[in-house]
Amino acid sequence: MIRIENLHKSYPIGKDSLHVLKGLNLHIKEGEFVSIMGSSGSGKSTLLNIVGLLDTHNEGNYFLNGELIEDLNETKAALLRNKFLGFVFQSFNLISYKTALENVALPLYYKGIARKERLKIALDYLEKVGLKDWANHLPNELSGGQKQRVAIARALATKPKVVLADEPTGALDSTTTDSVMDLLKEINDEGMTVFVITHEEEVAEQTKRIVRLKDGVIISDEYTATLKTV
Amino acid sequence: MFDLDSWREIFQSISKNKLRSILSGFTVAFAILLFTLLFGIGNGLQNTFKNEFAKDAINSIYIWSNKTTKPYKGKQSGRQIQFKNEDFEYIREKYFDKIQMISPRIQRTVEVVYKNEQDNYTLRGVYPKYDFLESAQVTEGRFLNIRDVKQRSKIVIIGKMVEKDLFGQLSAYGKELNIGGIIYKVIGVFSDPGGDSDERFIYTPFTTMQQIYGNNDHVDEFGMTYNPKLSINEAIQFSDKLLKDLKQKHDVAPNDQRGIRVRNYASDNQEVSGMMVGLGILIFIIGIGTLIAGVVGISNIMVYIVKERTKELGIRKAVGATPKKIISMIMLESVFITALSGYIGLTIGVGILKLAGPTLKKYFILNPGVSTSVVVGATMILILAGIIAGYLPAKRAARIKPIVALRAD
Repeated sequence: MIRIENLHKSYPIGKDSLHVLKGLNLHIKEGEFVSIMGSSGSGKSTLLNIVGLLDTHNEGNYFLNGELIEDLNETKAALLRNKFLGFVFQSFNLISYKTALENVALPLYYKGIARKERLKIALDYLEKVGLKDWANHLPNELSGGQKQRVAIARALATKPKVVLADEPTGALDSTTTDSVMDLLKEINDEGMTVFVITHEEEVAEQTKRIVRLKDGVIISDEYTATLKTV
Repeated sequence: MFDLDSWREIFQSISKNKLRSILSGFTVAFAILLFTLLFGIGNGLQNTFKNEFAKDAINSIYIWSNKTTKPYKGKQSGRQIQFKNEDFEYIREKYFDKIQMISPRIQRTVEVVYKNEQDNYTLRGVYPKYDFLESAQVTEGRFLNIRDVKQRSKIVIIGKMVEKDLFGQLSAYGKELNIGGIIYKVIGVFSDPGGDSDERFIYTPFTTMQQIYGNNDHVDEFGMTYNPKLSINEAIQFSDKLLKDLKQKHDVAPNDQRGIRVRNYASDNQEVSGMMVGLGILIFIIGIGTLIAGVVGISNIMVYIVKERTKELGIRKAVGATPKKIISMIMLESVFITALSGYIGLTIGVGILKLAGPTLKKYFILNPGVSTSVVVGATMILILAGIIAGYLPAKRAARIKPIVALRAD
């Protein structure tokens, strides 16, 4: 699903440049539940941005769903994001003047799906994350955990190939963290590839594969023996 | 771009962000309102000037004679100069290419009787087309023609006020009037923008009058309109030359100010058109100034709006909005608000002008108003400004990487 070969990324800082990713190799297969662990400055957010087509890489190859990502312009990136990727952010990033339902339906709008149809799909996904009764509430009427679940529903609405979650539990307390992680696990159980970035050990432990990043290189990549408690 | 869904997005964004929408709408509405008011008042001033001047034909020249004040060529001062029919022929032939129409005139105060009504009026003996000179409009019947002059017909064309005085509500057309003991037939009634006093004149063929009052070849006065193709300077040159010729013909000293006199409306015309041009320039500057203020206002607000929406736009991009979609959304919203509020400003402005119109008459502002084309043009400029002002920040916003936009908490 995601294949990265010898990936380099550096940011220009004045005349110098900051070398953030120093030749990463990573292969994530369909249906995996992977977490990228690392302290701040390790390059994990940069990696997510590149994987999420929010940023471009300097060197190396990136294959998304078997397709080599190169010469990416904004329009092409937007279409690929819409088609293959769903995002979950630390700060939820819901549009404040839209209801939960409309927020979930937004990616479908950009996909060109008719209004009735997309509201129906959106409602199905809200039901899936247990927020059907909150469909017509605005984000500021929801709790943090509820907002993140709306965001997850939004990420799922376009039936992406990969869900990318950037510190999805960073702004949540431990109880809601668990419920959000349970939801991500559930999604993964249904076959979705989930890619989580976190610095919390407890969160990473709930995934099936942990990739540790330090100073722009992968220092370990191991499968966990997570016991599923269904 | 113009599908229902895009509009739904835009309406939601406008109605859910009322302050922002009202703020930008207000700027445009206010600019157009001011523009309409200033332009309307300026037009009102111009109308006043035009109206004051339109009482007589703007290209008219009058010539009349008096007593000389200087001895010349062995003739004493104090001599009465008398124009005759031959002067009429002389002017008409010598200056045919400079003259649009010319008429000699004799004028007397006469007693007019119709049944039991009677009053004194000014009777004027003139040639056809004299109505041109006075800007008179024949409202019933006709004005004189050349046959009336040749046949010395006993006919009159009377002003509206004469008709009102003598006939009350009835029509005077075709009735017979007793003027100084002689019966004339009314063949026409006219109105005159010069007002009541000009509508108390009675016109009759020049030849008829010449025969009845004096039975000689005397002429009191000449009235003419110069060829409209002449420039104002050429027209003034023409009347100067005409005056010089007539003075020479009648042995009046060239520096005698009274013997023969000419009044050429062209010189007034020159002053007034100068003022009109000045006024026009003033209105233009005010209009442009108002528009620039509006453009600056809408530009600032667009920059602010896009900045405020950076995060929202980032989210939209992350979920798959292409840069084109982002730009078109912002621009459509901006155009919609600008057009709508421009229309509101226009409506309010026109309304105020209509309501205040009658009161403003006192201040030399007549029928203040704006032509639709001017206002539509102004609104177009503002819409265009909104597009340009919205496009640059929208384009920048569309280019910002979503990660950067999303970080802007």
